[in-house]
Amino acid sequence: MAKTLPKVDVLTVGVGWAGGIIAAECAKNGLNVVGLERGGNRNTEDFSMIHDELRYAIRYDLMQDVSKETITFRNKLDQRALPMRQLGSFLLGSSVGGSGVHWNGHTFRFLPYDFEIKTKTIEKYGKSKIKDDYLLQDWGITYDELEPYYDTFEKTCGISGEPNPLGGKRSSDYPTPPMKNTVITNKFRDAAKKLNLHPFSLPSANLSEAYTNPDGEKLNACQYCAFCERFGCEYGAKTSPNITVIPTAMKTGKFELRTHANVIEIIHEGGKATGVKYIDTLQGEEFIQPADVVVLTSYVMNNAKLLLVSKLGNPYDPKTGKGVIGKNYSYQLTPGSTGFFEKERFNTYMGAGALGQVVDDFNGDNFDHSNLDFIHGGTLVVSQSGYRPIASNPVPPGTPLWGKEFKEQSIKYYTRTINAGFQGASLPHRDNYLDLDPTFKDAYGVPLLRMTYNFTDQDRKLHEYLTKQSEKIMKEMGADTVMNIGKLVDYNIVPYQTTHNVGGVIMGDDPNISAVNNYSQMWDADNVFVVGASAFPHNSGYNPTGTLGALAYRAAEGIVKYSKNGGQLV
Amino acid sequence: MSEKDERKDAMTRRQFIRKGGYVAGGAIGGGILGASISQMFMPTAPSPSPEISKTKNEGVQKADVERYNQALMFFNKQEDFKVLAQASERIFPADDLGPGAIDLDVPFYIDHQLAGAWGNNARDYMLGPFYPGIETQGFQSHLKRNEIISQGIARIQSVSKENFKKKFTELNEQQQDDILAAFEKGKVKMKGVSSNDFFTLLRMSVLEGVYADPLYGGNRDMAGWKMKGFPGNQMSYLAQIESKEFLEIEPSSLHSHIASPKK
Repeated sequence: MAKTLPKVDVLTVGVGWAGGIIAAECAKNGLNVVGLERGGNRNTEDFSMIHDELRYAIRYDLMQDVSKETITFRNKLDQRALPMRQLGSFLLGSSVGGSGVHWNGHTFRFLPYDFEIKTKTIEKYGKSKIKDDYLLQDWGITYDELEPYYDTFEKTCGISGEPNPLGGKRSSDYPTPPMKNTVITNKFRDAAKKLNLHPFSLPSANLSEAYTNPDGEKLNACQYCAFCERFGCEYGAKTSPNITVIPTAMKTGKFELRTHANVIEIIHEGGKATGVKYIDTLQGEEFIQPADVVVLTSYVMNNAKLLLVSKLGNPYDPKTGKGVIGKNYSYQLTPGSTGFFEKERFNTYMGAGALGQVVDDFNGDNFDHSNLDFIHGGTLVVSQSGYRPIASNPVPPGTPLWGKEFKEQSIKYYTRTINAGFQGASLPHRDNYLDLDPTFKDAYGVPLLRMTYNFTDQDRKLHEYLTKQSEKIMKEMGADTVMNIGKLVDYNIVPYQTTHNVGGVIMGDDPNISAVNNYSQMWDADNVFVVGASAFPHNSGYNPTGTLGALAYRAAEGIVKYSKNGGQLV
Repeated sequence: MSEKDERKDAMTRRQFIRKGGYVAGGAIGGGILGASISQMFMPTAPSPSPEISKTKNEGVQKADVERYNQALMFFNKQEDFKVLAQASERIFPADDLGPGAIDLDVPFYIDHQLAGAWGNNARDYMLGPFYPGIETQGFQSHLKRNEIISQGIARIQSVSKENFKKKFTELNEQQQDDILAAFEKGKVKMKGVSSNDFFTLLRMSVLEGVYADPLYGGNRDMAGWKMKGFPGNQMSYLAQIESKEFLEIEPSSLHSHIASPKK
């Protein structure tokens, strides 16, 4: 029998960026907050052995232990989904700070176009531009409405950058100047300018200089040590929830961080949650934590899974098109080109997660789609995050993958290769969704989340178009040999692509086709907020964290309002 | 700039950077971390810590003594270990650039990894039921990594005997390569796994042993990193990141980073 604990004002399920922001803002406003985190705690001093590619980048030390919980996957409805037995295509986070610990720190804003994608596409190109079965929808909020929250998040993080010449209006500059440039990033910047594109510095959460944020949290300057992606920062120079919003929440005296608390169910009655049931994984005991407001702030997968296992909200059914939970699961495309340079060697082993240059000319509706059979686009980035020797063995096309020639070539090109990579937008499709698996269960006996996903025709056409652009720019950069990431085939869950999974509990202004309003408040349960990239109705050609942070600040404002007045906020 | 000048330049930079590495390493080794490193202090940290320099020197001396950690944790038969070693060497052979898998201690690295959490798939989802699945669904075998490798090594030996009437270790390089290529192409029959899956696992393990931090028992004396031009564990490239030239930096491993556990 689960023990029932004293009630709190607000509880968060998961303590990463979303949970940390909710905790900090609610606690600052006088609410008592408990953060339930299934993993352990960790902070800067836990990262003194972080320069270890094998442990962190290959064995995924900071990521989710999938022996306990994973997802199942199939490409199509008529296939049997099977468990993702090892991490691969995306790297699920775990423990305090979540993926906010091991992110690279690319902190973009989505385009004004993204938030009103359906309306703007129809306005400009007519209804027929949106093909059947693509569940394109507006977000129920505009860029201008979200702008102040982007601004807040960037200031919390101390983002280093310069304005995107093709982006939405900004109310203020980035808090810190852009990162440095290198031979590699300059080569790209110069080539982009020659092609009349508009390069700008990647907005970076690895900070160009020391910074104190509005909450008084101090961040250090990046050392360009090249251990960002998949690693924690041992300098406190890569913004994470652990060195910003979580300590801010702690200082109020109103936030309790409870680790090793794996939530397995949202308890609800008559359209209201009363709390959650969790397992203390150290004690091996179940507890019930009552709360006035329940906030789901775990990753995309678990936000959807918890609602489904708790039977809260209406599950999406791809056959009828009805229901919302699990709908609009989207991913991203990663076309790009690798350039091999014969005459130059680059310091590829140095870098920082978000050290790079970007062009946004092929993203959103920044270019005319009248004669193209797809919509949206992607950002092209040349970043220098540091090639690591186990994983970086670039060889020109046709080279064997082992033996003498492989050794020679992979060593030669390790310092003679540059990658130009797109992040291509991913639009929702009727057949791509999340639900519960009928067969496989996690370590606690709860069904695994099932992902049904494949790339679409829109994806294939966009991928092909973007590949041409990256090839062109790589040639302009002077590469002797250019190798493209080949044609888009069926989505494969094995090779790493991107940890930019979105959707499943999406926002909007219509309860029939969205799960939450623009405060991330559930239409079906006033006191449940579901915060994170799970709220994105589609994925843009950017890293999601900037938008996630903005939505979390808005959700926090909503929770404070709700705590005073109750009811639906929209 | 001529090649000779470039090398000279790299040497001076190397010394400079090594010094820089000691500095930051000293701060960490002394237990003064992130939050407490003064923001003003970080980019221009002064005077190296003598304590850490000492640790580093001891590390260098130790390279010449007996390597007591070189024995088998996983394999039972020394013959199997020899097959593993020679297959690894064909995947990453010694050549003019530098040592191959055997001289880099890669076979010991693999043996030790197979005995531990990774070899036993401790962090993989290993609950049933098991179904074959399609390629896009990823690895679905019920076998653990160490079961796959030991089965594969035994198969290399049996295929060698079937085809050449000799042990794998008695074959010439070309014959060894032919056998490994058959595994790579998925042509060898194995139980519960394809021979291509086995080969992919073996190949990846070899690259790990070549390039992982020497703390894991491979990459002897950081020679894997030296060949590749990867400087390992460096605390900061702040002063070098904008350099227009390619910099050769003497590698440093995590060992240089550890504080003495003594009082």
